[in-house]
Parts: sequence; structure tokens; C-alpha cells
Amino acid sequence: MGIDRRSFLKIVGLSALGVSSGAWEVLQPGEVDAAHGHAAAEHVEKAATRWAMVVDMRRCKDEKGCTKCIDACRLVHNIPVIDNPKREVKWIWKEEYEHAFPDSHNEYMPDELKETPFILMCNHCDHPPCVRVCPTKATFKRPDGIVAMDYHRCIGCRFCMAACPYGSRNLNWINPRPYIKEINNEFPTRMKGVVEKCNFCVERLAKGLQPACVEACHCGALLFGNLHDPESNVRRVLRSNVSIRRKPELGTHPCVFYLV
Amino acid sequence: MYDTGKIIVGLAIFVGLVTSPIWLNKGKAAPKPSPKLDTPAIQQLEKKECVESRQFMRSTHMQLLNEWRDRALRKGERRYINKKGEKIYISLQNTCMKCHSNKKEFCDTCHNYTDIKPYCWDCHFIPEGRKTWASTEGHS
Ligand code: HEC
Ligand code: HEC
Ligand code: HEC
Repeated sequence: MGIDRRSFLKIVGLSALGVSSGAWEVLQPGEVDAAHGHAAAEHVEKAATRWAMVVDMRRCKDEKGCTKCIDACRLVHNIPVIDNPKREVKWIWKEEYEHAFPDSHNEYMPDELKETPFILMCNHCDHPPCVRVCPTKATFKRPDGIVAMDYHRCIGCRFCMAACPYGSRNLNWINPRPYIKEINNEFPTRMKGVVEKCNFCVERLAKGLQPACVEACHCGALLFGNLHDPESNVRRVLRSNVSIRRKPELGTHPCVFYLV
Repeated sequence: MYDTGKIIVGLAIFVGLVTSPIWLNKGKAAPKPSPKLDTPAIQQLEKKECVESRQFMRSTHMQLLNEWRDRALRKGERRYINKKGEKIYISLQNTCMKCHSNKKEFCDTCHNYTDIKPYCWDCHFIPEGRKTWASTEGHS
């Protein structure tokens, strides 16, 4: 065959270049991620609704020992009360500032802030790490921003618990039913081996109701509304007050805001 | 011939063992299931109709439940429009089981007959109007 060494090498070199430049584009992590992130941001922007919560700690701190929001959530969602902290299941709970905001803590801040337990719940992040790692898509992001759970698909692998930087997720280590104090017959329980967390009350939103914790809070410390509506209650409050979010440096973009 | 007696006894035992399921279950043949519809909620209905036709429900209720589950949780739509165009609120506990509140005489009669055990009730409530589990149910 009439092909010499020189032209053979030319062809090999050219095709290697062709293949690798194609591969280059695919493998370049920055490019692909950026495109992906861009698409996601656009998606979020297009949705008419983006649910968010504002927790006004200035109001909450005056109600020492109040557990109305926590009790309401427990009752509505049949959440077990398990004393062992390694087995407990919680959707909305209290935590000291120091633990809730570990990076913005300093010893000279007002005692009041140091002593007030903060109300914590799932942050329903714009970039939820739990959704990224879930191998069965049991946890997923709804167009309205809620990070939802499809309990039927959960295999209890706990990747999401490892991924969540806020401790918002709990596994049912034991059958939760014997630990449910008061039963709501309208909402299912969960079972051993399933992970659960706050769902922003999707089942109540579907009926046009506010989340149960918001409804139960009598001092107006919890505000729930649409971030994508510039005139919504949450937008108005966020416009006229300084708010903080938990661990914003992680880039998860939490949608629970705190006024202090 | 040697050992005719032993062989005949052995054969008899063998035949007995092999056919034992027939003898043991004699007279216990599961009767054809007859799911009962006489619940208070159904008695109050003007038209005794399910969310879809009886034939459809009988053959396809498992698929319908899967569709309801995915619609409610994954698509966030809790309204189902049936073939007649009626709007129905999607819920296993609060729709199906409000009418079919007699799970034992209804769902279970068929499911026992076909020997299937849907695991739904590990989480979804069986309508019994239970107030607490703390003492009534241990670990399952
Ligand atoms: C409004 C009350 C009502 C609701 C809600 C309802 N059903 Fe029914 N269901 C009935 C009635 C009445 C019948 C008998 C229909 C007939 O005879 O035509 C029936 C029939 C059935 C049958 C067939 C029984 C047979 O003997 O063939 C099945 C299966 C069934 N329902 C399951 C369900 C499931 C699953 C749901 C929820 C998705 C449901 N039903 C919701 C009232 C109801
Ligand atoms: C007319 C008899 C009949 C009645 C009544 C009935 N079922 Fe079924 N159901 C069946 C049969 C048969 C199957 C199994 C089909 C199969 O094997 O694919 C089944 C399967 C199911 C499944 C799927 C189970 C699985 O493991 O995949 C669910 C869920 C279910 N039924 C729920 C209900 C509920 C809830 C009711 C009562 C409201 C009910 N069924 C009433 C006959 C019935
Ligand atoms: C691990 C617990 C668990 C098991 C097991 C389970 N479910 Fe669910 N299911 C839930 C929870 C929690 C919801 C969410 C309720 C809500 O958001 O309103 C739900 C919602 C649903 C819904 C839609 C909303 C509603 O209120 O009914 C359907 C339909 C449903 N499940 C059907 C089933 C069927 C059929 C089975 C059995 C084959 C089953 N589920 C097994 C926990 C479970």
C-alpha cells in the first residue's frame, strides 16, 4: 500500500487531535458545570413561585420555652418523640446560635443572641446537596423550590444525611409508630429504614393553607411566602430588615432567613 | 419377591406425603372473595360508584394508586380527573379509605385470596380511628 511512515504519522496526529479536542470539551468540568448551573438558575427564575420562610428571632426570643410550632408540626405529620438523640426524628427544632451559625459566632456578641434558641428546619436550598446525592431520586426539587421527599422511593441509604450541612434529615432507626404521642389520621406515618424531613407542608399548600408551624405561631415570628413575588410578605420583610442565613458560604443558597 | 410388604407400605407413605397438600387443605379451599361495600360512607352515596367504573377498579386499582402517588408527590398535583370528568382529591387514606373504611372485608378479602400483602399500611392508616399506638402495637 502506498502510505509512508510520514503521512501515516500525520493522519494519526490529526485524528488524535480531533478526538481529544472533542473529549476536551466534554471533560472540562468548569464548562459543563457552568452550563448546568446556568440552566438551573434559569429554571428557578422562570417559576412563578419560590417558597421561603422568614424566622423573626426578635419576636421569637420573647416567648421563652414556647414550642407551639414544634408541637403543631409533630401533630400534623405524625412525628415520633424519641428521647435518644441518636434516634430522634425532627422536622423543626431548637438549636443555640453557636451551633446554628458556627461561622458567624463570636464571644462578644449580645448575651441575648447567645442564649436564645433558634428555630431550625430544612432550608429548602436552591442547590440542595441531598438531592444531588440521592441515588433513587427519592428526594428532589420541585419547581416551587421545595425540596420534597417521595418516601416510597427512599431506600434508607442515608447519603442525603451525610450531604446535608444543616442536620435537617433523620433516619427512622426504629418503627416510629409507638412513639407518636397524638395521631393525625389524615397523614401517613413513615416506617423503619426511611429518611424524613420538613416538607414545607406541601400537603397543606396544596389545599391553600399555610404551613402548620406558621399557623401555630401566635407571636408572628414565622413568615412564609413567595420569594419571586416582589410584593410578597417575605420580600417586604427582607427588603426592610437585615437577614442572615445558615452557612451561606457553602453555596447551597438556603431559603430560610433569620432576622436577629 | 422379597419385601413386598415393606415396598407397599413405603409406596403408600410416599403417595400420602406427595398428596398431603390436597388432604390437608381439603374443605379449606379459599372461597371466591366477595368484597363488601356496605360502609356508612358508601351507603350515603346516591350513586354507588367508585372513582372509576367497577371493571376498571377491579383490574387496575393498583396502577391507579401508583399514578396517584406519583402525581401527588412528584408532580404536586392532588386533583385527579376521572373518565367522567369529575374532580377527585388524590389520597389513599382520605379518599379511598373514607369510602372503603372496611379494609378487612374489602381490600383484604381479595388480597388474601391472591396472597398479596401490599406494604402500604406500614405508613398509611387503616381506618380504625385510632388515637394512640403507644401501647397497642409493638414492633412490626
Ligand atoms: C365515593 C366512594 C368511593 C371512593 C372514594 C372509592 N371507592 Fe372504590 N368503590 C366504591 C363503590 C360504591 C364501589 C362499587 C362500584 C360498583 O358496584 O359499580 C367500589 C368498587 C371498588 C373496587 C371493585 C370491587 C369489586 O368488587 O370489584 C375496587 C378494587 C375499589 N373500589 C377500590 C378503590 C380504591 C383503590 C379507591 C381509591 C383510589 C377507591 N376504591 C375509592 C366506592 C368508592
Ligand atoms: C376485587 C378484588 C380486590 C379488591 C376489592 C381490592 N384489591 Fe387490591 N389487588 C387485587 C389483586 C388481584 C391485586 C394483585 C394484582 C397483581 O398481582 O398484579 C391487587 C393489588 C393491589 C396493590 C398492589 C400490591 C403490590 O404488591 O403490588 C395495591 C396497592 C392494592 N391492591 C390496594 C388495594 C386497596 C387499598 C384496596 C381497598 C380499597 C384494594 N386493593 C381492594 C384485588 C383487589
Ligand atoms: C414509608 C412509608 C410509606 C409507605 C410504605 C407507603 N406510603 Fe404512600 N405516602 C407516604 C407519605 C409520607 C406520603 C405523603 C403524604 C402527603 O404528602 O400528603 C404518601 C403519599 C401517598 C399518596 C398520595 C397522597 C395521599 O395522601 O395518599 C398515595 C396515593 C400513596 N402514598 C399510595 C401508597 C400506596 C398504594 C402504598 C403501598 C403500595 C404506599 N403509599 C406506601 C408514606 C408511605
